[in-house]
Amino acid sequence: MERIPILRMGDLLLVTIQVDMHDRLAMALQDDLTERIVSDGAKGVLIDISALDLVDSFIGRMISNTAAMARVLDAQTVVVGMQPAVAITLVELGLTLHGVKTALNVEKGMALLGKNLF
Amino acid sequence: MAVAFETELLERDERLRTARLSLPLRTDEDVVHLRKHVRERAVGISLSLVDQTKLVTAASELARNTIKYGGGGEVHLDALVDGFKKGVGLIFVDDGPGIPDLELALRDGYTTGGGLGLGLSGSKRLCDEFAIDTRPGEGTAVCIIKWKR
Repeated sequence: MERIPILRMGDLLLVTIQVDMHDRLAMALQDDLTERIVSDGAKGVLIDISALDLVDSFIGRMISNTAAMARVLDAQTVVVGMQPAVAITLVELGLTLHGVKTALNVEKGMALLGKNLF
Repeated sequence: MAVAFETELLERDERLRTARLSLPLRTDEDVVHLRKHVRERAVGISLSLVDQTKLVTAASELARNTIKYGGGGEVHLDALVDGFKKGVGLIFVDDGPGIPDLELALRDGYTTGGGLGLGLSGSKRLCDEFAIDTRPGEGTAVCIIKWKR
């Protein structure tokens, strides 16, 4: 089965979602990330969604859940690069990604994680 | 493969329809496939990027509902023309158990499937027109339309 690659950089895990994910793929990413946080001892997770032109309730829930699981496992999550049209749609849909930290781009996301970690 | 549920929603906008594409909705991949088709149609009638995203997102929510609650079904993707106005219409049909309490199902946060309960209510907010026909034991049909402003 196809998988979204997860890269490790020091204490951080980096994910760039570049495909239109079907539901099983989104769930697989959530599971993989949670396992990698533990096996790699990661302290931060950065998820880049700048290439996603859609975040529906399923993907939104996957992002929220991943952030919550990471928090329980002593890691912080930052979601970066959300497109404006996606943000507008997400809020109108009724999803606010409660409890998820966001940043405008990868650089700002890294800075946010770095500030909290080091 | 054909869905047995007979609903008048299928011919609701027959007068305005210039083309129809029917696709199966059985698997996760079918949802991704539909999103791609809807995006193409939305771009085709020059919907703004925000309206494209709203329509594709609503389609994704309703397609998932058809599979998850309706046990699979099909979707009809319609090209609509009303005078000088162009639109994209989608009709999701399944022959599943139907929705017992529609008013409750349309409420934000109500779910029977362990989801967020935003599928129906959220899709309604994201589109210009929304209609639903559901009968217990027979099936459910949901119709949405987005017009080019």
